[in-house]
Amino acid sequence: MSDDRARYDQARYVSDGRYEPLLSEKDSTRVEIDDDDSPLPDDLTRESLELPELSEPELARHYTRLSQMTYGIDTGPYPLGSCTMKYNPKFTEDVAALPSAAVHPDRPEASIQGTLELMYRLQDYLGRIGGMDAVTLQPPAGAAGEFVGIRVAAAYHEHNGEGDRNEVIVPESAHGTNFASAALGGYDVVSLPSDDGGRVDLDALEAALSEDTAALMLTNPNTLGLFERDIAEIAGMVHDVGGLLYYDGANLNALLGRARPGDMGFDVMHYNVHKTFATPHGGGGPGAGPVGVVEDLAPFLPAPRVREDGPSGSETSYELFEPEHTIGHVHGFHGNWLVLVKTFAYIARLGDEGLRDASAKAVLNANYLASRIDYEVPYEPFHHEFVASAGEQDAADVAKRMLDYGVHPPTTKWPEIVPEALMTEPTEVESKETLDRLAAAFRAVAGEDDESLEAAPERTTARRIDQTSAARNPRLSWQALDEA
Amino acid sequence: MNGSHATGSPYAPHTDADAAAMLDAVGVDSVEALFDIPEDVRFDDEFGIEARSERETRRLVRSILERNDDPTELLGRGHYGYYVPSLVDHLADRSEFLTSYTQYQPEVSQGFLQALFEYQSLLVELTGLEVANCSMYDAATALGEAATLAGRIRDASGHRVLVPDLLLEGRRSTLENYVAGTDLVVEEYPTNDANVDVAALEAAVDDDVVMVYAENPTIRGTIEERLDAVGGLAADHDALFVLGSDPVALSLLQRPVDVGADVVVGDASVLGLPTSYGMGLGLFATREAYLRQVPGRLVGVGEDATDRRAFTLTLQTREQHIRRERATSNICTNQAWVALRTAIHAAVLGPSGLVDLAKRGVTRAEDLADRVDDVVGAIAPVHDRRHFREFVARVDQPARAIADDLAERGFAVHVVGDHELQLCVAGVPDEDLDAFAETFAEVVR
Repeated sequence: MSDDRARYDQARYVSDGRYEPLLSEKDSTRVEIDDDDSPLPDDLTRESLELPELSEPELARHYTRLSQMTYGIDTGPYPLGSCTMKYNPKFTEDVAALPSAAVHPDRPEASIQGTLELMYRLQDYLGRIGGMDAVTLQPPAGAAGEFVGIRVAAAYHEHNGEGDRNEVIVPESAHGTNFASAALGGYDVVSLPSDDGGRVDLDALEAALSEDTAALMLTNPNTLGLFERDIAEIAGMVHDVGGLLYYDGANLNALLGRARPGDMGFDVMHYNVHKTFATPHGGGGPGAGPVGVVEDLAPFLPAPRVREDGPSGSETSYELFEPEHTIGHVHGFHGNWLVLVKTFAYIARLGDEGLRDASAKAVLNANYLASRIDYEVPYEPFHHEFVASAGEQDAADVAKRMLDYGVHPPTTKWPEIVPEALMTEPTEVESKETLDRLAAAFRAVAGEDDESLEAAPERTTARRIDQTSAARNPRLSWQALDEA
Repeated sequence: MNGSHATGSPYAPHTDADAAAMLDAVGVDSVEALFDIPEDVRFDDEFGIEARSERETRRLVRSILERNDDPTELLGRGHYGYYVPSLVDHLADRSEFLTSYTQYQPEVSQGFLQALFEYQSLLVELTGLEVANCSMYDAATALGEAATLAGRIRDASGHRVLVPDLLLEGRRSTLENYVAGTDLVVEEYPTNDANVDVAALEAAVDDDVVMVYAENPTIRGTIEERLDAVGGLAADHDALFVLGSDPVALSLLQRPVDVGADVVVGDASVLGLPTSYGMGLGLFATREAYLRQVPGRLVGVGEDATDRRAFTLTLQTREQHIRRERATSNICTNQAWVALRTAIHAAVLGPSGLVDLAKRGVTRAEDLADRVDDVVGAIAPVHDRRHFREFVARVDQPARAIADDLAERGFAVHVVGDHELQLCVAGVPDEDLDAFAETFAEVVR
């Protein structure tokens, strides 16, 4: 295996002892803004602007080099647990680039019936997939969706004269965003321990629930990939004290067509479209985090939403409307619209069978990969992702070494329930051959000593980066480098 | 022949033989045996969503979107459709960029990290502030984050957030949602002819104020003339001065740091994104003093094991995945790819191109306002101010009727009052502005 490694070398452009120079190190120009040729008096303008000034060919090479120093799902497998890094179909880029998709948000409704129809149809698709009665497309990311869910829950309780509920319960193993979104919504966060099997501890839940409970936030399967088998009982317990059940959609890819949050008793959920519906993650966004709710919560959703407005000639017409008790906006306009176009296209392409099959293959891939590695996987049966333990090895070092085998490593050191966690989610898009290659990398690294792990990575653009000193001495712009 | 593609996900590459071998390795008979879902919550129905070929799907989306009209948009008010050079699409669409994730493994993400570092540097130059993050969702959410930042910095006392009465509804409402879980309250201060009414603001500010917000240019396209006074008032009361703007405006207008701004927010997608139904890129820059309170991701410089300069996400202990409920923000997925597009667009323009684009925003708006003003039955601009990119016009007839007439003739404009239209020149070619001016004259006369 190690002899093979050179073929996975990542591009590395070195000049003057540095990797690819910054644009500002290639060429900069200072433009003075003076009264003579400015349309504004100088007390309303800046004095000058200094930025790189390069030709188009130079820029083409700079950014092409930067792209070659970037690992993406088109480069190789990306089994980051809970991130669901799927292959992104190319045709969805083309439909999002249609000139007819490029509209200004203040266009009158009559002039953008296509945009509104597509939004309406996507709301409908998402409602069916999640088992939810109403959907908003406005939240621009999953965490934004969580915040909307929390705000909707708060507005609902307030409306019912129960605004003094001040606690949101979150399992210890939950995504960090759950805690942060609940806190941003003004709630005290009650952390819920897991039982020995890695699931919600029903006794601990019983103890945590009270008339102060506004909501329980849960993902199912959870971050260990385990299905919360007691979900019906959990829902009953939460509802008995008057709380709402929130579904974190991060792991929805495991359930498509086999179980729906709405049927499990969840009242409100978000969808991570870049995960479940394969819109590209773009190096950290944009995503989109539509929120679905049951009937009782629909009046509180953000404004505006889209609805049918009866027939217009031979076609149905659509309009924006404000839900009766809306929480208002959570984005300046309508969220990440171009991402929603890609989402719609993906769902329309796959249909029932494709979505069901995606889940099946995602779960099969996770189970197959886990069966082929040497690291212990303490919790099972898992669905789309599993958490292995690196045991005596440092999981972060394991990750760095895996990079040398031309594969992206799993999510590391989380959830903390598993020591030296390697949280792995291959998704449905990897072939058996690729999984075998991933497994070989896992096995090779498992057999290496600490010394070689600490020396990794060797085949990447940059060698191991000292993140501690980078944080101790923050330099966040090229201007800061000049000063140093 | 790969039979599974006919019936399942077209992106799952398994052959039937592969799947069988994998099930065998796992030790189960069927995939369904791997689903540990109790009977009482199992879904056995259909969604009723028909699968389609790629070609059919493209045709479906195209046929739906073709219901949209295709007018010339003289629309702005926070979302601008500047021409985006082809280079931006071609480079940003390189699939390594498009299909990568957040840069948790910096050694294989140097390219994207460097691009984001260059984006942060662009904002540092434009604002004069020392620190910029590598994106929020949009102007409205960046404003909300600025308010919670102000609340944290003034932890001990103060709860009033002051915003202009002309704030966009979407921004005001988003801000209200962001502060709903805090003890902050949002209050309006008056404007005078669309600019900050400094005397009224002075009367409104007291030591209970944690933040004063203003925009330059304003949502009505006017250029603020006394921002230094606003900054001074905020400073006198130990409140944060938060300024809303964008990269094109900042290329020409006063540097925020020079008027006392502590935070700059706004929508940076004026560069890099065409009109996209309001999709944005939240700009967020602030002073180094508030570094540990900054929301969102930061890219910094470090050294690798060969002592070469390398880029990495840094100061992550502020973030939700480490700090959980004590994080500075809940943001996780941001708008990194849009930031990449903005950085490339700015680089294509260069400093001369940016300044030139901004200057034309002033001269072309003035020119169109003159032509509108020449029409009997119309006055422009309504506000006796300098303008950037857009302006408000008063019309004798009902504005809605004129906008409808214009729409029938292929032009989309804002209606901002019973007799007020707002017109924006950003991204509209000169010949289209000529055609608009002629059509406007016909419609109004």
